[in-house]
Amino acid sequence: MLAYTLQRIFQSAIVLLVVGLVAFSMFRFVGDPVDNMLGQERTIEDVERLRGQLGLDQPFVVQYFRFLEGAVQGNFGVSYRQGRPVAEILLERAPATLELAAVSGFLAIGFGIALGVFTAIRRSGFAANAIMTVSLIGVSLPTFLIGILLIYLFSVELGWLPSFGRGETVKIGNWSTGFLTESGLKALILPAITLGLYQMTLIMRLVRSEMLEVLRQDYIRFARARGLRERAVNFRHALKNTLVPVITVTGLQLGSIIAFAIITETVFQWPGVGLLFINAIQFVDIPVMAAYLMLISVMFVGINLIVDMLYFAIDPRLRADRTGAH
Amino acid sequence: MKQTHIMTTPILSIRNLTVDIPTRHGVLRPVNGVSYDVAAGEILGVVGESGAGKSMAGNAVIGLLNPPAHIASGEILLNGQRIDTLPRDEMRRLRGKQIGVVFQDPLTSLNPLLRIGDQLTETMLAHLDISPSEARKRAIAALEEVGIPGAAQRVDSYPHEFSGGMRQRVVIALALCAEPSLIIADEPTTALDVSVQAQIIALLKRLCRERGTAVMLITHDMGVIAEAADRVAVMYAGQLAEIGPVREVLAAPIHPYTDGLMGSTPLASRGKDRLHQIPGAMPRLDALPPGCAFHPRCPYTQDDCRADPGPRIEDGAGRAACFHPISRTEVA
Ligand SMILES: Nc1ncnc2c1ncn2[C@@H]1O[C@H](COP(=O)(O)OP(=O)(O)OP(=O)(O)O)[C@@H](O)[C@H]1O
Ligand code: SF4
Ligand SMILES: [Mg+2]
Repeated sequence: MLAYTLQRIFQSAIVLLVVGLVAFSMFRFVGDPVDNMLGQERTIEDVERLRGQLGLDQPFVVQYFRFLEGAVQGNFGVSYRQGRPVAEILLERAPATLELAAVSGFLAIGFGIALGVFTAIRRSGFAANAIMTVSLIGVSLPTFLIGILLIYLFSVELGWLPSFGRGETVKIGNWSTGFLTESGLKALILPAITLGLYQMTLIMRLVRSEMLEVLRQDYIRFARARGLRERAVNFRHALKNTLVPVITVTGLQLGSIIAFAIITETVFQWPGVGLLFINAIQFVDIPVMAAYLMLISVMFVGINLIVDMLYFAIDPRLRADRTGAH
Repeated sequence: MKQTHIMTTPILSIRNLTVDIPTRHGVLRPVNGVSYDVAAGEILGVVGESGAGKSMAGNAVIGLLNPPAHIASGEILLNGQRIDTLPRDEMRRLRGKQIGVVFQDPLTSLNPLLRIGDQLTETMLAHLDISPSEARKRAIAALEEVGIPGAAQRVDSYPHEFSGGMRQRVVIALALCAEPSLIIADEPTTALDVSVQAQIIALLKRLCRERGTAVMLITHDMGVIAEAADRVAVMYAGQLAEIGPVREVLAAPIHPYTDGLMGSTPLASRGKDRLHQIPGAMPRLDALPPGCAFHPRCPYTQDDCRADPGPRIEDGAGRAACFHPISRTEVA
């Protein structure tokens, strides 16, 4: 198990190095930051001095190395547009995205599993079929359209919920949270649904098909033959086995929740890192773009790592194979 | 030798059991008017080619027919009480408590994610009024009884940590842990190594003898029947072809189908062979011939065999469903 963990961490590091290379390459190949930072009126000396300051006159490998060195320490340079350290800007924006992603993920996993189990157990019932049909819509509508529809219905027509922003936030240390105010919570609802709906339907459909598969297994039949209650058969025996394959996919889905947040944050003008990234693209603010890319990949890789460990926790067969018990 | 005509109420009594499967092309009848009894402490072997309806009859008894299959007529009595008409939840309570089941493949019968001890205790707690710690004690005792070495430690192991034979012992412990009066074992050794098959059969036989448990032992293996069963029921195309004490039926079958299964060689020399091959195949359920279902393959067919109604075993004393049973005195 330890060897496996180390191996996975090593793999993760490789992935991050490659992403780092991509992020870094943007500095060289996308736009020219010096052009952006200095206006029309500039001298050759100005350009040279700024290049020197930004380290753009160094060889590629040296620059990459320095970029990595900085990145590991959380130093992504200075935003071309805002003139402030990127890390500072990201830290400011991260809580908004993380809170949104956490609520969406929670909704997606909670409802996804519950509805998946329900539609599997009651597979021929009316309610289950209705849910399955509606879920098809959830999978096929693009995120921004769902967001706009929700805004139209709940903000414009009914006026129940705000259509943009985070509402009031409360600062706890460096973390600004929207969980503690009514307007903050209200503001979370629509974006969280928009962001989580697609993942929820995916998880639900996956749980359903896995559960139906598991319910056909011999050990379920044997559990029934032993006279266990239907509840024990469904939840103790079937659900646990369903979750093994579901966990992997769910982990990936959570990663993409954070990535997909870009669209939702744009639709709802949610002041998170996704919106920051979109704005950064408009201004070719490479350090912010690069840092965003790194941040997202660290989260992806981190979630995957956790998912792999969860896999171990839930499936004893993996534990034994790796530790060498027969 | 065991007494075969026990006068007390049998543990299991199947009367004219018929199972139907409605399909788009008509109703299939995988079990067709089957009757037999199993007495306390008795092992009834059920044999027949694949698709004869052996498992279907077993599933009907435990109330786990997969829809759309259902009991169309007949009665199933357990200790003299009808059980085929019980409501779902009462039937559920009976399973595991009164009727234990052993399935064919021990590799897939156990939940891979639960410790075997937990699977044992959950079964006992579902049926017996005992505390969890008492259940755990009994789980260890049950594992000891089925011959798992180091049961006190092994109780916390997962199924994959056992070999196939050991797993089937665990499955037997699970089937017996609430002390049922009937065990239905559906090909309990088919998926096992030949070397452990005999051990498992011996174990099953010993435990059931000790407790006076009635056993319905479904198998393809004539060796198993000869070794373990007291009586044998031969099924063909959903019907009972022949039933009787194992010595008589194996040594001197009177139904041509049983005779074919035995082949012509003496039983001893074939050892643990599978059923003897008979030319032709068992008819499909949607294309049963009229009259005796075996007549297209039977060397003794006469005109009356081809017309409905086909032969039936008369209730009570009958042994073979055949108009022209082999007369052993002539043959021998
Ligand atoms: N859902 C179904 N639809 C149609 N026919 C079915 C269905 N399920 C089972 N059957 C048929 O029922 C018959 C009896 O099956 P059963 O499993 O009882 O046979 P068996 O004697 O146990 O055979 P085996 O030795 O292969 O286990 C078979 O002919 C099978 O094809
Ligand atoms: S009834 Fe006729 S066809 Fe059927 S087994 Fe007997 S002899 Fe053969
Ligand atoms: Mg079978």
